Amino acid sequence: MAFRALAYWLVRYRRTWRGTIVVSVANPILFLLAIGAGLGTLVEGTVEGASYLAFFAPGLLAAATLQNAFVEAGFKVNSALRRERIYSTAAATPLEPGHILAGHLMFITLRLMLSAAAFVVVMALFGLTGSVGVALAVTLAATLTGLAFAAPLAAWAVTVSDFPQLNTVFRFVVMPMYLFSGTFFSVTQLPGPLRAVAYALPLWHGVDLCRALALGTATPGTSLLHAGYLTLCCVAGVLVARVTFRRCLHA
Amino acid sequence: MNDRIALPPAGGAHLVVLRNLWVHKGGSPWTMALFSVFEPILYLLAIGVGIGGLVGEVPGVEVPYAAFVAPALLATAVMNSALEETTQTAYAKFAFDRFYHSLAVTPITVSGLVLGEIAWGMLRGLITGLGFLAVVTALGLVTSPWVLLAVPAGLLIAFTFGAAGFLTAGYVRGWSDFQYMQLVMLPMFLFATTFYPVTVYPEPVAAVVRALPLYHAIELVRGPALGQVGPGLLGNAGYLAAVGLVCFLLARRRWRRLLTA
Amino acid sequence: MAVLNALIEAAGLEKTYPARDRKGTAFRAVAGVDFQVHRGEAFGFLGPNGAGKSSTMRMLAGVSAPTAGTLRILGLDPVADGRRVRARLGVVPQDDSLDTQLTVEENLLVYGLYFGLSRRAVRARAGELLEFARLEDKAGERVEHLSGGMRRRLTIARALINEPEILLLDEPTTGLDPQARHVLWDRLFRLKQDGVTLILTTHYMDEAEQLCDRLVVMDKGLIADEGSPRELIERHVTREVLELRFPPGEHEEVGRKLGDQVEVLPDRLLWYADDGEQALAQATEAGVRPLTALVRRTGLEDVFLRLTGRSLTD
Repeated sequence: MAFRALAYWLVRYRRTWRGTIVVSVANPILFLLAIGAGLGTLVEGTVEGASYLAFFAPGLLAAATLQNAFVEAGFKVNSALRRERIYSTAAATPLEPGHILAGHLMFITLRLMLSAAAFVVVMALFGLTGSVGVALAVTLAATLTGLAFAAPLAAWAVTVSDFPQLNTVFRFVVMPMYLFSGTFFSVTQLPGPLRAVAYALPLWHGVDLCRALALGTATPGTSLLHAGYLTLCCVAGVLVARVTFRRCLHA
Repeated sequence: MNDRIALPPAGGAHLVVLRNLWVHKGGSPWTMALFSVFEPILYLLAIGVGIGGLVGEVPGVEVPYAAFVAPALLATAVMNSALEETTQTAYAKFAFDRFYHSLAVTPITVSGLVLGEIAWGMLRGLITGLGFLAVVTALGLVTSPWVLLAVPAGLLIAFTFGAAGFLTAGYVRGWSDFQYMQLVMLPMFLFATTFYPVTVYPEPVAAVVRALPLYHAIELVRGPALGQVGPGLLGNAGYLAAVGLVCFLLARRRWRRLLTA
Repeated sequence: MAVLNALIEAAGLEKTYPARDRKGTAFRAVAGVDFQVHRGEAFGFLGPNGAGKSSTMRMLAGVSAPTAGTLRILGLDPVADGRRVRARLGVVPQDDSLDTQLTVEENLLVYGLYFGLSRRAVRARAGELLEFARLEDKAGERVEHLSGGMRRRLTIARALINEPEILLLDEPTTGLDPQARHVLWDRLFRLKQDGVTLILTTHYMDEAEQLCDRLVVMDKGLIADEGSPRELIERHVTREVLELRFPPGEHEEVGRKLGDQVEVLPDRLLWYADDGEQALAQATEAGVRPLTALVRRTGLEDVFLRLTGRSLTD
């Protein structure tokens, strides 16, 4: 049943996939070029044992996946219920809210994975991924990071009345997280209390996981810890979303 | 004929601004500024302080890194405020609220509508610019009184990008088109000497960078902010004014076609 | 015809939209129409979707330049003098296009300012119009909380803010429930009594019969005929019509049997006759056994069928 809901999103995506691929490839190229050629040359020495570019790229990957998750699970979920009424149409069929949720989350997973893969290909072009295995692991880690946000976001976005609220959260919650989760610079540069906050943010776990995998400094212990934390966010999000979807679709 | 009716002057541009003010009259300009300033300030902290900690000396720059980045972020923030109003918001007014269609049957002219929306973008840009300036001053990143030139510079920047934005909005077919706009905006933001001087680039690349409107916007704010005021600023201002004017004329033509076909 | 006091005069009016791209073809929405509208009358454009009604209305509103022909509104050229023409018109678009971010009263106030009215004048006028539209107790409400009928009444009130001499209404009651339509018709009647010239498009026959003094039937960009509802009925159809229904698929066959006097529709046969009962007797004599048979007075719908060969509900 959930696959029927997924099929809807896939059919829809056929119209726009080209644009999203262009964006998913062009964005990292531009970022990595600008940072690598410009800022990277100004940074003295290494950051966490790597060149600035090698340090920055996996962090940006995790952060970009968060951004994609916000668009797909925030704006698109909200729009599917309120503006475009896709969910109401689906709810009038034998599909249960749980199926509609599962179908959409599956699509979001594919969508996030595709963008992450495009990003990793660009990283490979810059010589920033060691092997195919590393590339795959980093792609999966980024996708997991995205899902850790997508599931709770979907749970919340379905209850929101319109875009302005989403925009506010994006601006005041997502952007700070984006900038201060070790993406652009190591969290160790932050003052003590802020550093503690950063360690609690799911994005930092995603960034650190992607970075450790890409730089080849990953240890099983910390990797499992990061992945576990992200999975926890994801599962919690799905559980809450099952309740909010039922409440909002069968209102 | 009703003699109480006097056609509004300037195509009614000021009435378009007034209407936009009414929509926002619930909130104060300071909340508006807070909204628009929050993000660039975060960037300033992340880049100026965070990356500033990684970057040692920037060749050719004698000031702290944050003081070097701040004017560029101000120019970018003003640009983004003007763009937000004249792209996404304008597109929603056009396609969903059909606001421009309802204006088209009143004595407001298309020129008045285009001018009004750009002026509104300039007002938003001004509020953002002032808010940013206040924060930067409070952070002690201001080194020269010439920084006050950032206010007129901000208005010009908002005009240029507001006109360009409204022109773009006339060609948008759907929300997904805005991602293509990002494809232009992001590299411009990254390469237009926001984070490092143009001297970092080899000459052919530097020439391309010098053609970017945002480069001139940043020069126009950074020079005075760092106390370097010279005739070169007139060149930057002229470039922005020319781009803005051309965009305004094209936007007027485009919107006339859209609304009075 | 008293051309002298015509508020609107159109002669050979055409509107052709250019092709969207090089492969496309230009589309002629209005293919040469002549009509006059006189002061104080209610004038209707009747026709199916795509007949050219809305394009004609856009030209009348001064937001669309005719491709050929002449158009004078209030003695002015709506292209060269667009602003002055628009200042004296009221336009009620098909979609309400109200300012959803403002309240009911603010919608009226800001719209009045667009017409160059002073703040004081606009405030006084808005009060009157809220009463006219029966929205006094909704003045402070956001537009998005209004019902469809209320929105439409507000749109009409908004269009009246400049005390227009001509009010253009594009399908004023499409999408409204029967009660809301009657309230709206009542308001439009009052306007007509106050001397406002009404020009409306509709694809509802009852609306045209109720509201219009004179109307034109448009089809494929042309005017098929013009006159008062009564005149059109007398000119084109008999006094009564017999409606016959048969099981699906049999209509064509029975139609052939009964000959030219009947009109075959997908769902029924129409037999135009001055005496419907007599026609029914004839049909029964001919051995026709309909599922249902109904005799009724003819109306504009029948005129339309005769003139365009299709039903308005297409």
